[in-house]
Amino acid sequence: MPFQHSRRQLLKLMGVGGVVFASGLAGAGESGKRKGAGHPSGNQRDFFFLQLSDTHWGFQGPPNPQAETTLRQAVATINAVDLQPDFIVFTGDLTHTTDNKDVRHTRMAEFRKIVSDLRVKDLRFMPGEHDASLDAGDAFKKHFGSPYYAFDHKGIHFVTVDNVSDPKGAVGDAQRDWLAGDLKKVGKDAPIVVFTHRPLFDLYPSWDWATQDGAKVVDILLPYRNVTVFYGHIHQEHHHTTDHIPHHSAKSLMFPLPAPGSVAKKQPIPWDPAQPFKGLGYRQVEEKDKNVNIEELSLSEA
Amino acid sequence: MRLRPWRLAGRVGLAAGLLLFGQRGSRLAPERSASAAEQQPAAPQVAVAVARVIKVTAKKFEFKPSVITVKKGELVELELTTSDRRHGFDAPDLKIHAEIKPGAPTRVQFKPDKAGHFVFHCSVFCGDGHEEMTGEIVVAE
Repeated sequence: MPFQHSRRQLLKLMGVGGVVFASGLAGAGESGKRKGAGHPSGNQRDFFFLQLSDTHWGFQGPPNPQAETTLRQAVATINAVDLQPDFIVFTGDLTHTTDNKDVRHTRMAEFRKIVSDLRVKDLRFMPGEHDASLDAGDAFKKHFGSPYYAFDHKGIHFVTVDNVSDPKGAVGDAQRDWLAGDLKKVGKDAPIVVFTHRPLFDLYPSWDWATQDGAKVVDILLPYRNVTVFYGHIHQEHHHTTDHIPHHSAKSLMFPLPAPGSVAKKQPIPWDPAQPFKGLGYRQVEEKDKNVNIEELSLSEA
Repeated sequence: MRLRPWRLAGRVGLAAGLLLFGQRGSRLAPERSASAAEQQPAAPQVAVAVARVIKVTAKKFEFKPSVITVKKGELVELELTTSDRRHGFDAPDLKIHAEIKPGAPTRVQFKPDKAGHFVFHCSVFCGDGHEEMTGEIVVAE
């Protein structure tokens, strides 16, 4: 195992987000061996990346009295680890929403500046509804570029899906057409990772934890045999499978939310002074013997 | 004078209500021409029901009223308006999905077939406080 000697450092790193090993992704461990897998690069080797989510820069309130330092602390924690990820993806709600356009731009610029201090320079961004739903993504595009795109990295095809620029939480016909066209470039066995903000399945529609046309997006993904979805929005770890496609949500770096339907009204879990950062945090996804093992730790232990 | 429900439906339905025909009836009765109506046989057993209209106003970040009480089996029409911007009204467990745009009311009819408490929420992201823009439909036996 190439990272065995650095496991303690990795556990520390996992305290601020999700650590994902390429070998733990569906189909990734075999794609390099399989002739005709159809992957664009075929340059498969083990690596890991981080998923950070729902940083809500600009949020102020009792659910996180340390809101102004949490993101910087996460950056410092990641930078302190010798073993760096290949890239870091932020799966939406980079900033907390505001009606004031100037404040929105300021928050995005501040967020961008803070995360630019990361040692890892390959950063991938996508919007959450707090970033993009009030202006159809205009400010996000100015600061971070397109809200949906695809890229390849060491044998894996990555796709981001924007289900927030439409304030109704839909992906829309045009983007679904783009997604279907993009995936036609890779083979049915290619390892594919999808990043999105809202869940693509009906996790808990009464709390708006769904994507209006998520089922149509999943239908596009279903013909591909090795797809893994990572998302945010719900501020907690959650795992679900639609047919053969696993969906993994990430914890927030601002405040946790309760389990779906566990309370009458959705609202942030109160800050616990005795356990700062409780509920914020981290995840590891790793493959062993073709099984995906997931290990969870809390940010307060990082 | 014999009641001609299909003609009545055309008028009352436009005003605020709905006519239900028979036990399966939950759809709006079609408006028909007088000549067509004259050719109709005598109306079968007819149950006439007019929807109860409940006005709901949306604004950042609340619905008024936030608790809507109806009876199981009652035909209800929600008259949804907004006083500021675009909002949504979603009660997934009752299969109600509506968008509320400024300028004109959105009307949604439903007839709950089960008692209970059903959450509704704004389904069009409207700002900081959107998550708190919720309410409850209480369906009594």
